[in-house]
Amino acid sequence: MNNVYYGKLIFELSKEGRRGYSLPENKLNNYKLADMPEALMRQRELDLPQVDELTVVRHYTNMSNNNFGVDTGFYPLGSCTMKYNPKINEEMCHHYAFTRLHPLQNENTVQGALKLYYELQNMLSELSGLSEFTLNPFAGAHGELTGLMVMRTYHASRGDNKRTKVIIPDSAHGTNPASAAVCGLDVVVVKSRPDGTVDVEDLKPLLNDEIAGMMMTNPNTLGIFEHNIAEIASLVHEAGGLMYYDGANLNPMLGMCRPGDLGFDIMHINLHKTFSTPHGGGGPGDGPVGVRAGLEDFLPNPHVVKDGDRYTLTFNDKSLGSVSGFVGNYGVIMRAYAYIRTIGKENMRMVGPLAVLNANYIKESLKDCFELPIGGVCKHEFVFDGLKDKSTGVTTLDVAKRLLDYGFHAPTIYFPLLFHEALMIEPTENESKETLDGFIEVMRTIAREAKEQPDMVKSAPHTTPVRRLDDTQAALHPVVNYAELKLEN
Amino acid sequence: MSYKFFPHTDDDIRSMLSTCGERSLEDLYKDIPNELVLHRDYDIPEALSEIELRKCFDQLGAMNTSLACFIGAGCYDHYSPSVIDSILSRSEFLTSYTPYQAEISQGTLQYIFEYQSMMTELTGMEVSNASMYDGCTATAEAMMMAVANAKKRNKVLVSETINPIVLRVVDTYAKFHGIEVERIAAKDGVTCRADFEAKIAKGDVAGVIVAAPNFYGIVEDYTGWADLCHDNKALFIMNCNASSLGVLKTPAEWGADIAVGDGQSLGIPMNFGGPFVGYLCTSKKLIRKMPGRIVGATKDMDGKRTFVLTLQAREQHIRREKATSNICSNQSLMALYVTIYMALMGKQGLREVNEMSYSNAHYLADKLLETGKFEMAYPGKPFLHEFAVKVKGDIDALQQGMLDKAQAQFGLKLDGDTLLLCATETLSKEEIDNAVKVCNSLL
Amino acid sequence: MSKIVEGLYYSESHEYVKVEGNFGFIGITDYAQKELGNVVYVDMPEVDDEVAAEEEFGAVESVKAASDLLSPVSGTVVEVNEALEDEPGLINKDAFENWIIKVELSDKAELDNLMNAEAYKAFIGE
Repeated sequence: MNNVYYGKLIFELSKEGRRGYSLPENKLNNYKLADMPEALMRQRELDLPQVDELTVVRHYTNMSNNNFGVDTGFYPLGSCTMKYNPKINEEMCHHYAFTRLHPLQNENTVQGALKLYYELQNMLSELSGLSEFTLNPFAGAHGELTGLMVMRTYHASRGDNKRTKVIIPDSAHGTNPASAAVCGLDVVVVKSRPDGTVDVEDLKPLLNDEIAGMMMTNPNTLGIFEHNIAEIASLVHEAGGLMYYDGANLNPMLGMCRPGDLGFDIMHINLHKTFSTPHGGGGPGDGPVGVRAGLEDFLPNPHVVKDGDRYTLTFNDKSLGSVSGFVGNYGVIMRAYAYIRTIGKENMRMVGPLAVLNANYIKESLKDCFELPIGGVCKHEFVFDGLKDKSTGVTTLDVAKRLLDYGFHAPTIYFPLLFHEALMIEPTENESKETLDGFIEVMRTIAREAKEQPDMVKSAPHTTPVRRLDDTQAALHPVVNYAELKLEN
Repeated sequence: MSYKFFPHTDDDIRSMLSTCGERSLEDLYKDIPNELVLHRDYDIPEALSEIELRKCFDQLGAMNTSLACFIGAGCYDHYSPSVIDSILSRSEFLTSYTPYQAEISQGTLQYIFEYQSMMTELTGMEVSNASMYDGCTATAEAMMMAVANAKKRNKVLVSETINPIVLRVVDTYAKFHGIEVERIAAKDGVTCRADFEAKIAKGDVAGVIVAAPNFYGIVEDYTGWADLCHDNKALFIMNCNASSLGVLKTPAEWGADIAVGDGQSLGIPMNFGGPFVGYLCTSKKLIRKMPGRIVGATKDMDGKRTFVLTLQAREQHIRREKATSNICSNQSLMALYVTIYMALMGKQGLREVNEMSYSNAHYLADKLLETGKFEMAYPGKPFLHEFAVKVKGDIDALQQGMLDKAQAQFGLKLDGDTLLLCATETLSKEEIDNAVKVCNSLL
Repeated sequence: MSKIVEGLYYSESHEYVKVEGNFGFIGITDYAQKELGNVVYVDMPEVDDEVAAEEEFGAVESVKAASDLLSPVSGTVVEVNEALEDEPGLINKDAFENWIIKVELSDKAELDNLMNAEAYKAFIGE
């Protein structure tokens, strides 16, 4: 239940003199901040809310009721792998013997933390068929950037400084070219064929001694396995480039296929996708980067290694440098470790196949109502190009909004850009046949509503905490904090 | 086959395969050349039950030691109210993703709006993004922002008094992004004004980055720095300890164009270095150059106040290689962490935390000096809760002794005979007295 | 049907140039503004910046899309349409009235590489 009374901002619940904390008495109060030079001190009063503890608890609890999470219901957000986040992971990552560790405290006193880290590095290496991992990068995009830095450092170590370009398929997620730009690389786009896979003939003329490497997602953003991958990898390698694997779509590969065995040299993994750590409303995630043998020295500092029975942090001169203050989002790393140990070797091999089964089952059950531009077996996800019958003008956005009324999160919409009305669906391995059947039934109902009551669909959602928003006004006239909001009223 | 995370019965699998027109799960992978398929089990341990997993973590945990914390250097042991973890564990927050569907994400959108509001209040700046990975990467992003803003300049001046952990990330980003980083020398523990004036006067600088307090804990005086930057068309960027902004002069009051740093000091547990949260605040005129997500207020069809991701056309999913940054996500849950922290603490709590840290640190410094075995590395310089001392004796032996006899991490060893110490409100007078007593006995 | 104005020069990336003496007024076509939807921001160069034919000089943004602006001609920016800073939606109201930059042309021969109204009409298939 959402209590209307609490539909305010925390600032609007503030009252001068209230407090929500307690601290011990300051027994050393003869040392006073007032002794600091006035010129170094804050002049403007700090106007933070003044609220009691219960008000804070109710405020945020009620706000949470306006949110939809994986625990709320089916969340088929394509390319995001919204799998179940096991509760035991949360319990483990709050273990008291870890949460109070300072990242710079004596190594002998953090051997357990380092051992966990080292073991996760090794398990990720085995799961991906690569030689060595760093867990330092904070997110998928950060992993991409780190991986491209490895690529450039490798070429530089050989005195090969001409390689300033990276090849990226036109179907790639926007992060790939953005990461390349941050890394100082120019982007060369390779086209897709009508079946959504990279056009090898288009690729060949792009390869030369200025190419640092190629970034690929496999299965790609259409959920299609790039079956020419071995040929592509060997062409890029012959041209002196390295192959980068964007791990966004690693989940369907679990149990069946390893990026290292496909010819990839560098990759990142999104722990928050493939290894079940919670998405947290947008983060924190973690984006470990793995490399093939021969590239280990280029990984970022610090790196965790095992020396005899002792685990230690090392700094390597050949390394690309550092991409994080310490060793990554350690709390996220603990959750992924707990997940992999819980799943174990015997269940890990079923993750991919069941995720792929779920995706194909939805695709086959709905392709008579929704436009399926690329047929055949998909992997963990697939893309519809809107409704099959578009005559009433109901768009993908409308379908997505109407789904919210039925208690489902919407799929990813308007991505990839290859189709005008893209609707990208990824169910994950954790969803039961009954859940999928419920979703399929609702999608069919919406297709029918689009024909019979198009205006109702176009004005959806109708049952959510708020209705469609004016995002044009938000962008034209940004109001981005409470001080500005007060001026508006 | 039956496993707790897989709801599929054998019948389900058969029936679903039949809908797909396939005979087996392997058939779903028939498009993958056989030689690329993994035909064996992974070489990882077998599955653990919850009973076994708890023992596994207990065993790993037993190899760690939680210590009394006299160390900071970018990660601070501050009080963390119990309410926060309780609210963060709500799965509506925890298991949601980026709020693309605003109608069912008002919880996330509203707390990010509150976060942005509190960060602008704390820094005095006009706008804040929805948060970044950590303080180091936020500083690197600010550097890239300055270069993008200057268009034709690619040099950035960076004070030597910034935490070296931040500097190594900044240097790494700069190296790959094609930015020339030049150091402003440090003198007596503070940034050398003369060196800054000489370097900025060349007129080829896009941005200047300094720290407050600096790595040695010293609160530097940046009077006039912003004007000199602006006279030379450079942005003035300040990396500030978030908690200290409750009492110290704000980046806005110093005239900064961008304020960045780590939000960890706002109550986030040290957690062996993460997850933390970076903040980045700036002026309204630079908002479109700002990396990361931004939440704005608007109205829905019924005129109700709502919140939504805005200015998205700057971002990577639309602008691709021309985006302001490659950042996709924000550190949402940790932004919620510091939002609830600031809601609970308020202006009074933030002041008390700083007051107590100040008292503890200055008491610790006085007591150590009284032993005659320590002296201030930079005497007379104002500090808040962190300070550098010269040790008359073997620092390694001292730190080891403090581990063994006081269960304390006694500071961070800097080069040679210098030790960087920190005391926050979590230490009691008794713990400080005991630490000083043990120190005295060790040297 | 999109509006097309006779006497202007058109590029394949949907910018137009209206020539007056040695100056050209550059904007996006009515067709382009319709494709983009509500314009919420126009990223413009500064006066005295050089622009080159077929090179980017700015961008127009809608809520969920952005489109680079490619200059149809080379020259020096002598004026930017400051009204668009406060009200970028003017482009949606009338794309031809609301030019984006005014350029002093450095090579009028470049105009020969552009389409006239009739050719542009055929190009957008209307």
